[in-house]
Amino acid sequence: MSLQATTSQTVGPFFRIGFEWLHRDNLAGEGVSGERVTIQGRVFDGDGIPVPDAMLEIWQANAHGKYAHPEDTQDKPLEPGFTGYGRVPVAADGVFRFVTIKPGPVPGPEGGEQAPHLLVSVFMRGLLRRLVTRIYFPDDPRNAADFALNLVEPERRFTLIAKKIVGGPGTLEWNVVLQGPDETVFFDLGL
Amino acid sequence: MTRLAGYRSPYPGTQPNHLHPPYVSSIKRAPTKPQIPIPSTLSEVTGPLFGPAIVAPHASDLTSGHSGEPLGERIIVSGRVLDENSRPVANTLVEIWQANAAGRYRHEWDQHPAPLDPNFSGSGQALTDGEGRYRFVTIRPGAYPWRNHHNAWRPAHIHFSVFGPAFATRLVTQMYFPGDPLIPFDPIFNCTTDQEARNRLISAFDWETTLPEQALGYRFDIILRGRDATPMEE
Repeated sequence: MSLQATTSQTVGPFFRIGFEWLHRDNLAGEGVSGERVTIQGRVFDGDGIPVPDAMLEIWQANAHGKYAHPEDTQDKPLEPGFTGYGRVPVAADGVFRFVTIKPGPVPGPEGGEQAPHLLVSVFMRGLLRRLVTRIYFPDDPRNAADFALNLVEPERRFTLIAKKIVGGPGTLEWNVVLQGPDETVFFDLGL
Repeated sequence: MTRLAGYRSPYPGTQPNHLHPPYVSSIKRAPTKPQIPIPSTLSEVTGPLFGPAIVAPHASDLTSGHSGEPLGERIIVSGRVLDENSRPVANTLVEIWQANAAGRYRHEWDQHPAPLDPNFSGSGQALTDGEGRYRFVTIRPGAYPWRNHHNAWRPAHIHFSVFGPAFATRLVTQMYFPGDPLIPFDPIFNCTTDQEARNRLISAFDWETTLPEQALGYRFDIILRGRDATPMEE
């Protein structure tokens, strides 16, 4: 008989004391190749109020489209010093910000390539289990054929694509909207 | 082509919905639109891995690292991290955080007027061994009040965060203590329809790990999602 996965529980309001030792808001150290981007934004609750107590975890491939993980057997180079993992707290003013590199494309579920994307887990008080979403990059022609974006109704896809910030070269804005007409698309991974 | 072996969906009723109105904070934070099912790709079956160097030598002993002993009942919390196929999850990062013996977190937003303990910070880390085992030395946390409803008190609990081998296996949960009279009244504990699933969040008192004249032992095994047995060939 197989076991059943342990029930998820909320991180509660005081998770910072458990998570802050591993905060990583700069994923791209010196010498890591790729186009550097700063991604910043806020998390909004159902009243449109910025959430000051959330934490995002990021998982992504390197600039060549290779994950630092043994299951990625693609013949692509690893980047020394690049793990692809970020842990980004939302500050008391509701803003989060992290620096990374734009990843390369990775294989899709039916062959072909996925457009460059980051995976994001969202944790906060009030969420009994994490939320899972993705960040895509603006003006990337590969977005049009991306399988995950094509799972989403066209009018909601914008919530997954970061926006350029005027006057902020290399800086993108991407927000997490928990409820309402602009609610972010969240994916069901099962857990 | 070869398809990736995906991670299985949870058994019905064993995982919470995002919206759980008795837990008031979920009302304004749970998404209202259906989440979109997505198949496992290389992005989801990979995930961050951490080597032993990430964990400081005494990080699994929450009673150490201060000038004195923390107040409260010293306990050993240990167990195994397994997947749904009963396989041990080796070398995976386990993080815990908790209130002190008086029910107070070392966090500026915790306004409960119970004393802080200068000898207790309340967070620890461990990496599982080759058999998926972990072990923490800590103190039993106190219950504390919260404002979810009138006279609401959280049962004593320890927060656990576990990574597993993939983005898809990430889990954050809470461990409770056997016999705690507050458990049946806690809307966070009561978040699943499956009563057996929630009862597995209650640790077991464990003579095997109890240290004479030192500390009581509690056992808490954590099960991460398992993968489908074999990849499907097409």
